[in-house]
Amino acid sequence: MKTRRDFIKISAVGTGATVLGLSAFGAKKFKWFEPKIEGPVSDEDLTPYATYCEVCFWKCGAWAYVDKQGRIRKIVGNQNDPHCNGRLCPRGTGGVGMYYDEDRLKTPLIREKKADGSQEFREASWEEALDLVASKMKEVKEKYGPEAFGLFNHGNPGGHLEHLMRAYGSESNAEPAFANCRGPRSSAYFATFGAYIGSPECTDIRDTGCLVLIGSHLGENMHNSQVQEMSQAIDNGATIITVDPRFSTAAAHSTHWLPIKPATDIALLMAWIHVLIYENLYNKAFVDQYTFGLDHLKEHVKNMTPEWAYGITDIKPDVIRKTARAMAGAAPAVVIHPGRHVVWYGDDTQRERAMAILTALLGAWGKRGGLYIPEGVSVPKYPQPHYPEPEWTWKDINEGKYPLATMGITTELLKASVPRLNYKHQVKAWFVGGTNLPLAMPDKKLFKEAAEAVEFIAVMDTMPMEITGYADVILPEATYLERYDFIRSSPNRVPNIAVHVPAAEPKYDSKPGWWIAKQIGERLGLHDYFNYDDFSEVVDWQLKQLGTSLEEMKKIGVKEYPRKSGPLYLGDGEEFKFNTSTGKVELYSVDFADEGFEAMPVYKAHPEPPQNFYRLIYGRAPMHTFSRTSNNPNLWDLMSENAVWVNPKVADLWALKKDQEVWLKNQDGAVTSFPVKVRVTERIRWDSVYMVHGFGHSDKKLSRAYGRGASDEELITNIAVDPIMGGTGMRGNFITFLKDNPATEVKEDKA
Amino acid sequence: MRYAMAIDTKKCVGCGDCVVACQTENNVPHGYCRDWIVESVDGTYPSLSLEFRSERCNHCDNSPCVRCCPTGASHKAEGGIVLVTHHKCIGCGACIQSCPYDARYPHPEGYVDKCTFCIHRVEKGQNPACVDVCPTHCLYFGDLDDPNSDVSLALKDRKWKVLAPEAGTKPQLYFLT
Repeated sequence: MKTRRDFIKISAVGTGATVLGLSAFGAKKFKWFEPKIEGPVSDEDLTPYATYCEVCFWKCGAWAYVDKQGRIRKIVGNQNDPHCNGRLCPRGTGGVGMYYDEDRLKTPLIREKKADGSQEFREASWEEALDLVASKMKEVKEKYGPEAFGLFNHGNPGGHLEHLMRAYGSESNAEPAFANCRGPRSSAYFATFGAYIGSPECTDIRDTGCLVLIGSHLGENMHNSQVQEMSQAIDNGATIITVDPRFSTAAAHSTHWLPIKPATDIALLMAWIHVLIYENLYNKAFVDQYTFGLDHLKEHVKNMTPEWAYGITDIKPDVIRKTARAMAGAAPAVVIHPGRHVVWYGDDTQRERAMAILTALLGAWGKRGGLYIPEGVSVPKYPQPHYPEPEWTWKDINEGKYPLATMGITTELLKASVPRLNYKHQVKAWFVGGTNLPLAMPDKKLFKEAAEAVEFIAVMDTMPMEITGYADVILPEATYLERYDFIRSSPNRVPNIAVHVPAAEPKYDSKPGWWIAKQIGERLGLHDYFNYDDFSEVVDWQLKQLGTSLEEMKKIGVKEYPRKSGPLYLGDGEEFKFNTSTGKVELYSVDFADEGFEAMPVYKAHPEPPQNFYRLIYGRAPMHTFSRTSNNPNLWDLMSENAVWVNPKVADLWALKKDQEVWLKNQDGAVTSFPVKVRVTERIRWDSVYMVHGFGHSDKKLSRAYGRGASDEELITNIAVDPIMGGTGMRGNFITFLKDNPATEVKEDKA
Repeated sequence: MRYAMAIDTKKCVGCGDCVVACQTENNVPHGYCRDWIVESVDGTYPSLSLEFRSERCNHCDNSPCVRCCPTGASHKAEGGIVLVTHHKCIGCGACIQSCPYDARYPHPEGYVDKCTFCIHRVEKGQNPACVDVCPTHCLYFGDLDDPNSDVSLALKDRKWKVLAPEAGTKPQLYFLT
């Protein structure tokens, strides 16, 4: 029997915040009230608690400062952390808002079907909610096997759920961070160099002579240490080349801005490669010693001249030559930034390959000012039994498609949840942790169909969001400021670790993710995988293996370790075997050729907007991340809604005024739920519009973010899937403007 | 002693971190701010230039807000920092009207509030919170009378401008261009 599960709003609980309607000076009238002036407190009167920021994925080491009343007053960066160098970004500084947000999920909630068929959430005890999740997990295991319980995860909370699911017997997991974001670069750089780029990316921007940004809008994507290093590069007089159809912040700070026609980047990259090879500007020593396939590449790019690329990209041949020579002049201190959200047109792995090849030709791999050789700390695993071997995993869900995918593909997990699509391995239930799927996934129809089809959905999060509206059980998680959590160990120039220490007790009835996972695990008889009373025991045990302790880490927050893998950079002429099939940097990819893909990137034309339609380009704002911060009171103050950027020529054509509200409609008839304000600006081309991702929330429980701005995700219905690794290219959508409320239009039609 | 701030527009990315840091450091109520970001674009696509400016009270040498304050709540403290004594402020708003930089706001508690250059930190030899937090290191603070202060060094080798020089207020916020 199919369980109908639709989006429902969390409305039955909580009284909501009381809004005082006192005007600014109105308060003056109430003279009998003593003004509660609470000025700044000096740092010496505050107690710092070690933490690392979890507002985004950069995970900057920080201190949460707590006053004598136990209130978290501010969060500042940890001086000793290479992710932040003592300075957080606005989201990190605004992390306090994540803790204080009065709209937070407060108690466990269970979906209840009433006699009249309507559904609502009711408050539940932890006992009841956890029992329900455990019983459903048992039921799925008995009926279909544990593999049928899928997991959508991200970040630390997702990590605890992944541990639970693997102990239970399922490896059917996926996170949007791969196929919806950075997957193409993983597969491309691995195919070329046999190494991953990692996070933070191993870009040596600090010491570069030339930084090349291809649709990578540093400064708007506030990847902390990289933005800091870009600033250093500006001080150092480095050449910055930015390729972007939009005049981004990075473009404004660049030596050369190449306002490229959207979807043509591969042509520009291949022309650059042509110039390097045919003007003999490539790094001969590096290429001779370390690379495979120069002759193939030389032949391949023979006709890919700057003149050829001009006709495609709108970038003049002399500009292409001049910028290629600037790169060669700075080589090997050149960073061709691999980007982050790189799923654009479905040939993204090939575009990333072109960037990797360019890096190789400049000899910029493993070199100062190019890509450095990162090293991380291997954190020992807390003693536990081996995970059971699942009968099938996310790899099998793909059924042989996307052979070079290195992680689960979210869209495939959704498709496997839809019986109509006849996947060999069917997913019957979901656990979701730390990702707001309806605003993270393109193709809303598919998401809805999948969400309705599965028998059970449990969601663990800190805030009510679109995804919580689809849940059967909602588990309110404590924020990062209120819990112990995994030791942060991400590769960097110097290996290092960072810890979380709770700065305050969990607010309301929220609980740490580790506790939630353990409670469910215990109910499933998986105690041996959760053999601790408090996660601090795990952290302390691991720290002791690493020669430190929780006691020490509470005082320092971040600890560095000496490198073991060798120097940060490759020595001149040093022998080095790359982890590829030829042991060399593959300009010609043997793996790609073996799998039937093009061994070297080829430019292919992509559809262009039809008349009266404009390409939808979306991106980031420095003060928000994903769709998860829009309601944060501090960050909402900085940016409360998005706007659609429209070139003045287009605005004239449509008679659009600044701040006018419009609805956007795409080529498939999808319309935004909410109107969005027009921003008339020269910073965008006339064939495109731009908007910041993550707005247009539909849950009224988000008292600030509800209905503010529009969601780009609603307009992304056409997805160009990357055949190599399953990336979901989302920039092939075109929009037009509706000046009247489409809901009103429909009513009028009916009348 | 003359406290001043320089802002490098070549590096500022307009992220607003200075605004949030000020908010948490000084308990600025939600919906108000003591500093803010201005984005100004010139030219037509694709010949464009863009400048981000982190703006706040200019702590003017010749400060109209101090001159017009009927109660003396607005005053100059050590090093030329312009301050408002909250309990002396009657909230008349004359200073708000007189400020060419729109740097003051009415605090919901009934007094006028604005940037203090984080005097509580500066007195201890620290930088204002916005300066210490800025991820692009584009804010410089210090004493103009000290040739080795961060702000003096920043102004020494670079071109700079001030906002609304025609107002004659002698502002102490310098924008490196």
